Amino acid sequence: MDKSQGRTSREGVSDGADQVTTASGHRGLLMEEPLIFEQGSDGRIGVDLPEVPEHKMRLGALERSGPIGLPSLSEPQTIRHFTRLSQKNYAIDAGLYPLGSCTMKHNPRINEKLARLPGFADLHPLQPRSTVQGALALMDLLAHWLKSLTGMPAVALSPAAGAHGEYCGMVAIRAAIEARGEGRRRVLVPESAHGTNPATAASIGFTVDPIPAGPDGRVDIAAMKAKLGPDIAGLMLTNPNTCGLFERDIIEIARLIHESGGYFYCDGANFNAIVGRVRPADLGIDAMHINLHKTFSTPHGGGGPGSGPVVFSQALAPYVPVPYVVHGPDGFRLVETAGEGSTSFGRLKGYHGQMGMFVRALAYMMSHGADGLRQAAGDAVLNANYVMAQLKDVMTVAFDGPCMHEALFDDRFLKDTGVTTLDFAKALIDEGYHPMTMYFPLVVHGALLIEPTESESKDTIDQFIGSLRSLAGRAKAGDAASFHAAPRLTPRRRLDETRAARQPILRWRSAGGTSQAAD
Amino acid sequence: MRYLPHTEADRRAMLAAIGAPSIDALFRDVPERARLNRPVDLPPHKTELEVERAIGALAAQNKHAGSMACFLGGGAYRHHVPAAVDHLIQRGEFLTSYTPYQPEVSQGTLQYLFEFQTQVGMITGMEVANASLYDGATATAEAVMMANRVTRRSKAVLSGGLHPHYRDVVATYARWGGFEAVSARPDAMGSEDLASMVDAETSCVVVQNPSAFGRLRDLAPLAKAVQAKGALLVVVVTEVVSLGLVRPPGAMGADIVAAEGQSIGNALNFGGPYVGLFATREKYLRQMPGRLVGETLDADGRRGWVLTLSTREQHIRREKATSNICTNSGLCALAFTIHMTMLGEQGLTHMARLNHANASLLAEKLAGVRGVTVLADAFFNEFTVKLSKPASPIVDALADRGILAGVPAARLWSDRPELADHLIVAATETNTTDEMDRFARLLGEVL
Repeated sequence: MDKSQGRTSREGVSDGADQVTTASGHRGLLMEEPLIFEQGSDGRIGVDLPEVPEHKMRLGALERSGPIGLPSLSEPQTIRHFTRLSQKNYAIDAGLYPLGSCTMKHNPRINEKLARLPGFADLHPLQPRSTVQGALALMDLLAHWLKSLTGMPAVALSPAAGAHGEYCGMVAIRAAIEARGEGRRRVLVPESAHGTNPATAASIGFTVDPIPAGPDGRVDIAAMKAKLGPDIAGLMLTNPNTCGLFERDIIEIARLIHESGGYFYCDGANFNAIVGRVRPADLGIDAMHINLHKTFSTPHGGGGPGSGPVVFSQALAPYVPVPYVVHGPDGFRLVETAGEGSTSFGRLKGYHGQMGMFVRALAYMMSHGADGLRQAAGDAVLNANYVMAQLKDVMTVAFDGPCMHEALFDDRFLKDTGVTTLDFAKALIDEGYHPMTMYFPLVVHGALLIEPTESESKDTIDQFIGSLRSLAGRAKAGDAASFHAAPRLTPRRRLDETRAARQPILRWRSAGGTSQAAD
Repeated sequence: MRYLPHTEADRRAMLAAIGAPSIDALFRDVPERARLNRPVDLPPHKTELEVERAIGALAAQNKHAGSMACFLGGGAYRHHVPAAVDHLIQRGEFLTSYTPYQPEVSQGTLQYLFEFQTQVGMITGMEVANASLYDGATATAEAVMMANRVTRRSKAVLSGGLHPHYRDVVATYARWGGFEAVSARPDAMGSEDLASMVDAETSCVVVQNPSAFGRLRDLAPLAKAVQAKGALLVVVVTEVVSLGLVRPPGAMGADIVAAEGQSIGNALNFGGPYVGLFATREKYLRQMPGRLVGETLDADGRRGWVLTLSTREQHIRREKATSNICTNSGLCALAFTIHMTMLGEQGLTHMARLNHANASLLAEKLAGVRGVTVLADAFFNEFTVKLSKPASPIVDALADRGILAGVPAARLWSDRPELADHLIVAATETNTTDEMDRFARLLGEVL
């Protein structure tokens, strides 16, 4: 395929752009920017405040004595500092972000606008309920959409992110087991699982028992059967799984786990592949978290905030955490404490959940509607299969398709080239793309996991494919040295992570020592 | 559909390249009986205008805090946030980027998180801070679990002045994580003797300053007593603006600080998303939960930043990780960093003085109302009053008159009937003298 379509060839940019030196240290639009601590000076401020009225000091002699050491920038300096920092980031707004399992899809701006309406953003969580009926109605409506899309009868909205949702779901399983008067503690977790799965299970006192993947990238049912027994508490399975494949035998898997007396937790990180097309309830799932920041497009924000509501089957519904919204004759109200006789397992978070994310997710769902969500999932799967089909002759597909929303490759195509998965991904940066997910899932050697999402046009995907084909060709042509040097066109080249971990420098300190003694 | 770029011709061409007859055919691995052959029973797509109308109508059913005189605190505070903050965090390069796993294309996020960690360390008076947790309550639970790891003990002693949501979150993690959490009785004046509750199994004492009732105390003697018994002192701060004026936890001997950072840079948002701050001593670094950004050099010897010490984390350590946290509160931490940059030393101190001044003035005005007793000796911007009647109906009555009068203690401690007449009142720089006068006058009328 020769779909270079206007992208500069490697030859076109290797004429020494990385060799240019300037007096300022800036390189055209790439600005060097010092830390705020290296720019501030006394007497400068970015916020004008009124005079402090005369008052009695009532701090009980606990007034701070020493300086804090904080620098300050004026408003224009602040704008410039953070604008320059922003320009050092790749972002979905700027280009295709094929980070498998992370679902970097378009973040609609109406969602941002609506979340900032004073009727949501300027609402205190402890206002009297008569003043927050619209907010509670929104939470109730979001719950209705999530329950309808999953076919599950109950939902907990409060978890703050995916891992927090996993915790919520797995605690509900432990509570249900305790209610049965049993001490089951063993949880089966496929080796391909996200690291959060075993970390979550272990933090709740479960023992993690890994199950291997079969040759087709799915749960090895025979291996799983061999591990079933009376001490099985449950199974944590991602579906579609982290290899980007639908677990064909999932209904049988659910039956087996239920038959042995355990519960089925599904990691819903990849729900975006099947939303509107498959309801988890129809697969026999007992609990599943939904990353609103993946499937329902709330922005990732450079690492959060997320939101991870959990849907529950009837078996686990009695244990949902507080708070939750109930609807009575005089409107909506929140149940905020697990009182006497309650079977709720407790509280997970301050207040009521990530309201700002609820507004955005609901706006996204309503925009798409039932028909649009189904189409979005279809397009996401179409795009991943297209990437797989167009690259399978030059890269090595880990498992035969069709895949779901992401295409998984291994590093066999790099064998004997001297180029590693890491090198290959770093070279992609110079091509103007964020790397794909690397070395995950762990069950595939040198994994490269590509998730284009439904947001990308065919033209964009064709250009991306063109870049990958070119890179694969270069690797095979023996151009390893240029891969080892990549990236070269970024604000910083490869960073020394070993050095960072050996001598950790985790905060700025003034040249004269600490700016504020710790004690 | 406006978010989906493909035309039908595109889809046909792509399916032809794949060799599949239809998109539905790509779902052939889904068991047939689980395939939905029609849309779920939910409304169809809407235009942007229709969505704005529908969700705008729900927003309009709320009475937002700024439309009334707001004296609510209880762990979430209404402050003025400069317009530049929200403008900057909406830059797509911040808003629509992922966790900075690829440092060469994420230096912007990494640098502001390094600045955030430094600011948090400075205001708390601690040596190291992480790149944020979900919120103050979950940060507190993480602090307790870290103290358990550090001391190899398994019992937390919680002050009665700890925010009940924080207490309940710790209790959840304790109950299901196999450790113990015991709470002292809540009382507005903080007459508890926490040091006497520490035994050989106690990993930490958790104390909030100012307390959930607003009361400030000198924690230095408690720190000494707790540490003498081999336990750690965890200090919780729900109003970080106080750190502009009040002696920081680090200077009073805290081993771990868990705080809610919402007050700086972040809107009330009906309770979330907020940003958990987490700081400790350097010697406990490797037991910390959450992400850390560290300084290093790139291949050309230039300074840069990376995520570091990730061998503590779930994606490397799996079931042996210090925490299961992955996504945290990056964008809220950015809002915090920007606002704190604009305030700086002088601005934060000044803002804190304004808050204290307004609370001090409000306490005087409310003390003059018949049926009101101010239960406060030392406080920052929040204090508790005892009313001659139960507080909840009074708060409802005042809401009808345009005053958000405070948080009835019964809302937070529903199991403590003796607190039914307690009202927790906060004042910030956003409150005017006129609002305070109106509050005092109307409170007098309804009591």
